[in-house]
Amino acid sequence: MADTTTLTGSALSGQSTTSEGLWGFSRAQLGALGVMVVFLALAPFFLYPVFVMKLLCFALFACAFNLLIGYVGLLSFGHAAYFGMGAYIAGHVAKVWEITPVVAILLGGAVAAVLGAAFGWLAIRRAGIYFAMITLALSQMVYFFCVQAPFTGGEDGIQAIPRGSLVGIVDLSNDLAMYWTVAGIFLVGFLLIHRIIHSPYGQVLKAIRENEPRAISLGYRTDDYKLLAFVLSCTLAGVAGATKSLVFGIATLTDVHWSMSGEVVLMTLVGGLGTVFGPVVGAAVIVTMQNYLAEMGAWVTVIQGVIFVACVLAFRRGIVGEIGNLLKVKI
Amino acid sequence: MDDIFGIPAPLLFGQLLLGLINGAFYAMLSLGLAVIFGLLNIINFTHGAQFMMGAFVAWMLLSLGTAPSGRIGLVLLLWPLAVLLLDWALGKLRLAQPVRIGAAALFSVAWIGSAFMEGGGPLSAALGALFPQGLSYWWALIIGPIVVGATGILLERLMISQLYKLDHLYGLLLTFGVGLILEGVFRNEFGSSGLPYRIPTELSGAWDLGFMFMPVYRGWVVIAALVLCLATWLLIEKTRLGAYLRAATENASLVQAFGVNVPRMVTLTYGFGVALAAIGGVLAAPIYSVNPQMGTNLIIVVFAVVVIGGMGSILGAILTGFGLGIVEGLTKVFWPEASATVIFVIMAIVLLTRPAGLFGRA
Repeated sequence: MADTTTLTGSALSGQSTTSEGLWGFSRAQLGALGVMVVFLALAPFFLYPVFVMKLLCFALFACAFNLLIGYVGLLSFGHAAYFGMGAYIAGHVAKVWEITPVVAILLGGAVAAVLGAAFGWLAIRRAGIYFAMITLALSQMVYFFCVQAPFTGGEDGIQAIPRGSLVGIVDLSNDLAMYWTVAGIFLVGFLLIHRIIHSPYGQVLKAIRENEPRAISLGYRTDDYKLLAFVLSCTLAGVAGATKSLVFGIATLTDVHWSMSGEVVLMTLVGGLGTVFGPVVGAAVIVTMQNYLAEMGAWVTVIQGVIFVACVLAFRRGIVGEIGNLLKVKI
Repeated sequence: MDDIFGIPAPLLFGQLLLGLINGAFYAMLSLGLAVIFGLLNIINFTHGAQFMMGAFVAWMLLSLGTAPSGRIGLVLLLWPLAVLLLDWALGKLRLAQPVRIGAAALFSVAWIGSAFMEGGGPLSAALGALFPQGLSYWWALIIGPIVVGATGILLERLMISQLYKLDHLYGLLLTFGVGLILEGVFRNEFGSSGLPYRIPTELSGAWDLGFMFMPVYRGWVVIAALVLCLATWLLIEKTRLGAYLRAATENASLVQAFGVNVPRMVTLTYGFGVALAAIGGVLAAPIYSVNPQMGTNLIIVVFAVVVIGGMGSILGAILTGFGLGIVEGLTKVFWPEASATVIFVIMAIVLLTRPAGLFGRA
């Protein structure tokens, strides 16, 4: 595990120790989880709920991305495709078919899963840099598809998507009701990812990340494991996108653009690759930054680039990874 | 001869020519990526931004007398070249390392600071006074790759070289970040609508080929790209320097043991790949409008081209680039809706049948 040449190795020293405590959470992680849940419970009362919802959608997106990069070692540079497709599908289902939001979100995730299965099946034939280039190219194909396809509304996107109501009882156009729904979706997704990582299946994923030929020699069909991880990651990215489109009522080309893929990489990198809470913190940092710097136009891109460079050159563990390193715990 | 497969011949040949031109850019860019990847093992995500910078340098040179913002931009872009020259000269004088670093830092502060002075400072004013008519396209073809190549060399020395011992994906993330910075800065300074660049008078007009009119400039781009690609191929496959390069690609530490300065070769190789992208940018300036996004949109397609060709062979990169440009042009004639995605579909098919790429080694 001391191998610092792997992308996440340095951040993950001691990762493979058997899990202790509740549901595989270590004591430090339980503490962090407690802080997060308390924050979620209090946030809508002192922060603008729509802002926190945006943050949660991107946090789920980043957690889904981190499942691949952090635990399988695959850098997907095209995750916007699944996020955006989830957003478009949920938007279309909720607006044109007028179906309840839960189904819209599930369908968004399902379509992202199918797309992820097809693209993953192609992309896992190559690893490393090629994998990143292939996923980027395939997501660009999805982008061009969305520019031309009639149901996406081209440059305008799908606008005025209704939030609908939760099982016909709770009206979701109320921001607070929507907030609890989004928080629920986020927590379920977050815990699901944690469960996946700490299952026997997740241990095999880590084995593949550390030494794929060895995992193969032990009899694991690594391609199947990698493909399943890719599909799971894409599904959750799709769910995040679908939720986002219902929160804001729009699904646009921005959601499938390559710069969105870059943003989710940045969030995860800032928070800490391969840490459990890193993507959440990273998403919070980047979304907050975008919120406050929105009027600066293209300088936001420049600042994002600077953060990228700074993280890669000097700050490879990310925020959560650095904190964990200081406190000698894994969070 | 008027209709071919029910398509009017001028339309068919027109699109074929467009495809050939796109193919020329695909070939030049994927060639640069392949050369860099061979020795540095990183995918240069900044390549698109460096292509764009080539086009911008051409525009800045032409409008030296008229556009103050371009003049200031050029002063800033000249800084890496100036610092590298200074460092080289101080190295010749056998000055100690701390002295060299201190001198370079002082010099940089003065140089960059001058560009932010009121009215652009003395360097910018001198450029404007020396070349009120601007410098032509032909100068841009020489100066563009040198200036942009120098920025690449500085980037490799200061940042990329820190990452060779780490996972190669960090190189990808770093160069992606640098690309974002460059694109953002150019968008802030020059807007995203695009700047016009006129075709040089020597290359304007059109040839009558009998079956179609061929704009001279477009023919020139195809020929220039072919010559550049073949020259690069000859340089790498047939010269002593190229032999060192290929040897270092196979086993860098062994080549170093023979007394070849491999780190310097790595730096120069990166600079060379970047310079190729910049020449591409200068060639593209009169065809596409000069705008900050021109490289990024192209480079994602070039990544697909690289995956299709496989990065093992220089000649493979050239052939795949031109070939895919032509395929894309033909698709535009027969099924226009699919023209944006056809290269990605071909990539998928190639991955299914030959995962290492058409010319790649597994």
